[in-house]
Amino acid sequence: MNFKHWLVSFAPDTWQPLVSALISVAAIIFVFASLFALTTILERKGLGRIQNRYGPNRVGPFGVFQPIADGLKAMTKEDIVPRAADKVVHFIAPLVLVIPVFLALAVIPVGRNMAAVDFDGGILFFFAVGAATELSVFMAGWSSRNKYSLLGAMRAIAQMISYEVPLILSAVTVIMIVGSLSATKIVDAQAGYFGWLPNWFVLTPWGFAGFILFMIAAAAESNRSPFDLPEGESEIIAGYYIEYSGFKFALFFLGEYIGLFAISGLAITLFLGGWHAPLPFLIWIPSYIWFFAKLLGLIALFIWVRGTLPRLRMDQLMNFAWKFMLPMALVNLLAAGVWHFIEPGFARWAVCLVLVVGPYIMLGRSLFEHKQLAKRTYRYAE
Amino acid sequence: MSPLFTYLVVSTFLFVIGLVGALTRRNAIMVLIGIELMLNAANLNFIAFWRFSSHAEALAGIMFVIFSIAVAAAEAAVGLALIIAINRHYKTTDVTQMDSMRG
Amino acid sequence: MTVSFAIIAILTIASAIAAMTLRNLVHCALALAGAFAGLAALYLQLDAQFIGFAQILVYVGAVAILIVFAILLTGGSDPAKQPIFSSGWCIGAGVALAVLGVLVWALRSSHTINETLPDVSNTSVRRIGDQLMTKYILPLEVIGLLLTAALIGAVIIAMKEEKTK
Repeated sequence: MNFKHWLVSFAPDTWQPLVSALISVAAIIFVFASLFALTTILERKGLGRIQNRYGPNRVGPFGVFQPIADGLKAMTKEDIVPRAADKVVHFIAPLVLVIPVFLALAVIPVGRNMAAVDFDGGILFFFAVGAATELSVFMAGWSSRNKYSLLGAMRAIAQMISYEVPLILSAVTVIMIVGSLSATKIVDAQAGYFGWLPNWFVLTPWGFAGFILFMIAAAAESNRSPFDLPEGESEIIAGYYIEYSGFKFALFFLGEYIGLFAISGLAITLFLGGWHAPLPFLIWIPSYIWFFAKLLGLIALFIWVRGTLPRLRMDQLMNFAWKFMLPMALVNLLAAGVWHFIEPGFARWAVCLVLVVGPYIMLGRSLFEHKQLAKRTYRYAE
Repeated sequence: MSPLFTYLVVSTFLFVIGLVGALTRRNAIMVLIGIELMLNAANLNFIAFWRFSSHAEALAGIMFVIFSIAVAAAEAAVGLALIIAINRHYKTTDVTQMDSMRG
Repeated sequence: MTVSFAIIAILTIASAIAAMTLRNLVHCALALAGAFAGLAALYLQLDAQFIGFAQILVYVGAVAILIVFAILLTGGSDPAKQPIFSSGWCIGAGVALAVLGVLVWALRSSHTINETLPDVSNTSVRRIGDQLMTKYILPLEVIGLLLTAALIGAVIIAMKEEKTK
């Protein structure tokens, strides 16, 4: 932070708040846009390796300059708008996606004293701007006057709304334990070390269950595989952004990835201890390095899940959200409350583990009841 | 023109615009949009009065608006469900054509 | 009256007028979402942070999308064939003008318009939560019951009936 204060001290006095805010904004946009470029190449090469092929490897050594090539392509491609499309809404839809997701990055504490703004209701602000992105999905799907586009948009909105409830409920367990909606206070509550182990919420039974629920709901919110039915490339081509080409498509792509970073950043803030180091003797490494290391770890996890699991069908997706994740999130809330009131020790671990694992097994069984699953047989090519 | 007066002017205009829409448009969904605008204008009134009152720490204005937002959301859901059900029966959402109980 | 307040107020009123007068229903719904966002900005200017964010979360994120879904499910996305204003629109406009007159008269003749801005710096979410759990606990429980009833009721009303022919 001394670097930023040194930069701001160059400006005349009355302009200092404005210059400080502009520096924060420029830093956020620059850092996360570079991370976006890095992630596109990581994802394509990672997916390629999981699928037993090389990823892009033409543009530079091991293909590292591919994002530059993609950027040039997006900027110079012809921008085709269908004749029957609703021009104003078609134009505004990418903006309505990108602006809220960049706003959401403002409350994430990237390092010690490095949250761009510290609202009293920071987490509520994050979920509010996340909810505003659903409107852009509808605008994109409807304005293209294309049946597939509209269908993809409807499915995407239904999916996003259904998974918002477990997402917010699993965040509410952390908010309940900490007692504040401010992101910096939630990170401060995870400071300190218990012997060698950090005090992160993910290392408690309810925190672990909450983290898993949050990650699944986050994958569904960002329309990533295995929840990418609305934009499934083998199903309805590109779903709600079929009719977008060139720079607007790149904006949608950017908005989706930045949304992924924002929600991973929130997962790190809520469950993984924010910018804290995992072991007490590693504190000398700067806080933002830890944050970005954890963020890259979560991105790698998302890419891994994308390459491994098959896509969920629409009814399977909705059943999963309403019949499994919502009761699980409520049980998790109860377990977190019980954890808060029992004294630290072996008793509370035992009680909370039973409270979390028991309903998980029962709910899982009940979801499988009505299916007649045949025994899986394999046929190998001769 | 004190600041409170300007906020009240804005909320008055929003209320009357919502009222005009609710009373004159044909489509049932437009009537519901007008009602939502009126509710929002009333919420703005509450928050403006709360901010400029001398007992702001009692948080009464904020409490009322929290409950008003919840009730308005519930009412919008039920109202739209009704409109969908009526549309299934009458095959139209034109309020001037739903006059089978008239006169 | 600051510049930012003037811009936000004009944008909100313009979105509200657009929401009430446009022909295409989906455009009206999107203009309504814009009016909600403008109102959220006004709440933030009035230091009601929680209400501003809750307004975006509930109204823009849920009610606007609900309205848009209902428009699509009732076939409103086709352009309207008949005139959009009903035949008795003069009476409606007259009533609205009368209401406007009454409100303006009430505004101009009131004496309780404060000039000073009191200090509300300790309005935190924690205090809102404390009040909700102590003084306003009964309305909170009733709202829970109301939302449950609305949820079940909306699903039952909009469900397709099975034809027993």
